[in-house]
Amino acid sequence: MKNNLLGEPKRVTLFCGHYGSGKSNLAVNYALRLQGCGVPVSLADIDIVNPYFRSADSRRELEDAGVQVISLPFANSNVDLPSLPQEVYGLVQRRDIRAVLDVGGDDRGALALGRYVPYILEEGNFANLFVANFYRPLTQTASDALEVLREIEQASRLPFTGIVNNSNLGSETTEGTVERTMSAARELSDLTGLPVVFTSYRADLHPNVPNGFPIVLQRNNPAFS
Amino acid sequence: MGKVLMKGNEAIAEAAIRAGCRHYFGYPITPQTELAAYMAKRMPKIGGVFLQAESEIAAINMVYGVAATGRRVMTSSSSPGVSLKQEGISYIAGSDLPALIVNVQRGGPGLGGIQPSQSDYFQATKGGGHGDYHLIVLAPCSVQEMADMTALAFDLADKYRVPSMLLADGTIGQMMEPVELPQAQEPVFEEKDWAVTGTKCKRPHHIVNSLYLVPEELEKKNFERFETYRRIEENEVRYEAFRMDDAEYCVVAFGIAARVAKNAIVAARNEGIKVGLIRPITLWPFPKKALADAAKQCKGFLSVELSMGQMIEDVKLAIDCSRPVQLCNRAGGMIPSPDEVLAGIRALCGQEV
Repeated sequence: MKNNLLGEPKRVTLFCGHYGSGKSNLAVNYALRLQGCGVPVSLADIDIVNPYFRSADSRRELEDAGVQVISLPFANSNVDLPSLPQEVYGLVQRRDIRAVLDVGGDDRGALALGRYVPYILEEGNFANLFVANFYRPLTQTASDALEVLREIEQASRLPFTGIVNNSNLGSETTEGTVERTMSAARELSDLTGLPVVFTSYRADLHPNVPNGFPIVLQRNNPAFS
Repeated sequence: MGKVLMKGNEAIAEAAIRAGCRHYFGYPITPQTELAAYMAKRMPKIGGVFLQAESEIAAINMVYGVAATGRRVMTSSSSPGVSLKQEGISYIAGSDLPALIVNVQRGGPGLGGIQPSQSDYFQATKGGGHGDYHLIVLAPCSVQEMADMTALAFDLADKYRVPSMLLADGTIGQMMEPVELPQAQEPVFEEKDWAVTGTKCKRPHHIVNSLYLVPEELEKKNFERFETYRRIEENEVRYEAFRMDDAEYCVVAFGIAARVAKNAIVAARNEGIKVGLIRPITLWPFPKKALADAAKQCKGFLSVELSMGQMIEDVKLAIDCSRPVQLCNRAGGMIPSPDEVLAGIRALCGQEV
C-alpha cells in the first residue's frame, strides 16, 4: 500500500471490536484502499449482531470500485437471521485474492468467526485488528477495552495482531478528539503487546498522530441530520 | 470525560442506571436488544439486577413486583414484545405504581419487521391494556434526548405514581450520536407510605393491588386517578416549536419523523412557504393547547408519521377540526424522505406537487 500502513498487506485482514467502534466504516475504506494494489479484493460482511447500519450498505460503491462484496443472505431485510453465506469459505480458502472481513461486535459477533479460524490459522497470513473507540462508554479506558478484546479473542479463538485506534465522537469529532485518545491507545498497546497499526479519522480532519488513516464515512441517511 | 458516542438504546440504559435504576427485567428483541445487552454487562458490576426473563409477560410482572417496593425499575422491548406486556402495564397503572417501560418501535402489526416505525402511538397513548388509565408517554428524537428523557420519565413516574413510557423507534435506538450523560445519582430509598418493604411489626401492612370487589370503591379509585391525570395534563405538557412565529402552516411530527420534517421545513422556507413545526415531546399529555393556539394563525396542518396515521386524530381533536389536517406518512418500517414531506407541505398550501 502506498502509505505502507500495514507493510505488505496480509492475505486476510479482519476488523473486530466492541460494537459501534467503527468496524464497518474501516472495513469498507480498507477494502477500497487495498483494491488499488493489483490483487483482487473481497469484503465479507459477517456481522450477525447489528441489523441496521452495516458495510453491505456500501455495496454499490465497493462493487463499482471492483471489490467483491459478500454479505449475509438476509442483510438489510426484515429477516433477522444470523445465517452466514457459504461464499465466506471461498474467501478464507482461496489464496489468490485479498480478503477483508467485517466481523460483528463484541464476543457475540466474533462467535461467527470461529468456523473460519482453522483455515485462517493454517494459512498464517492474516492481520486480526482490534478496533477501539475510546469514546464508547464501555471502552473509555485501556483496561475496559482490554476486557472486550479478551472476550472477543476467547469467542473467536483467533489472536489479535494489532490495534486500530478509531476514536471519534461522530459528527462532533475534531483533531483534538482524536489526539486526546493516543495515550489510551498506547496504554492498550502496552497492556497487550500489540502494535497500534494505525489511527483512523474522518478524511477532512488532520490530527497530529502517527500512522494516520483518513477514512470516508459511509453515507448515513441525510434525512436525520 | 465529556461526551461519549452512544447508540440510542445504550443511552437509555446508561441514563437509567445514572437515574438510580438498579432493576432491569427484559427479553431481547430487535431493534432494542442493545439496551438489554448493556444492562447485562453493567448491572452486575454496580450491584444491580439484570434478569432476562422467560418472556415479556414475566418481565413486566417482575417490574410490577419491584415497583411495589418503591424502587426504580424498568423494562424495555419493541412493538410485539410491548403488546405482550400490556396486561402487566394495566395492573401497574391500576396499582398506582411508578415504573418505566421503553418501546423501541418496529413495523407491525403482528411480528411485522425490524425496521423503524411509530405505529404503536395508539397503544402507547390510548391505554394499550384494559381499563381507564394513561401512561406518561415521552417521545425522544435524538440520542441525547434518549438519555435526558429516561431520567425525566423516572422522575415523572415517581412524582405522580404513574407508569411512564419512552416511545422511541428503531432508528433512534440504533443510530449513534455524541451524548452528554446526566450526572449519576445514587439510588434513593426514601420511605414511601405505600411501598411494600416489610412492616417490621411497626406499622400496618401496605397493600399493592388492582382488585376492588366493591364497585363504589373502584369508581372512587378511578376518579382519584383521573384527578392525577388532570394535574399531569395541566403541568407536564412538553413540546418544541420550530419556526412557528410567523408560520401559516404547521407540521406536527414527533421522534425521528420530526427530524425529517425539520429538513423539509427549511427547504420549504427557502421556497417562501411560511411553515413551522410543533414537535410533541409528551405524546400523553398531548400538547393540545399549543396546537389550538397554532390553529389561530395557521391555515392547515400536516401530520408526519411512520404509521398509517394515528397521531393525526389527536391533532384534529386538539384543533377541534377547525382547519384541514393532512397526512404525510410511510409505514411498515419505511421513513418518509425530506422530499416527500416537502411535497406534503406544498400540497397542504395548495401548490402543484
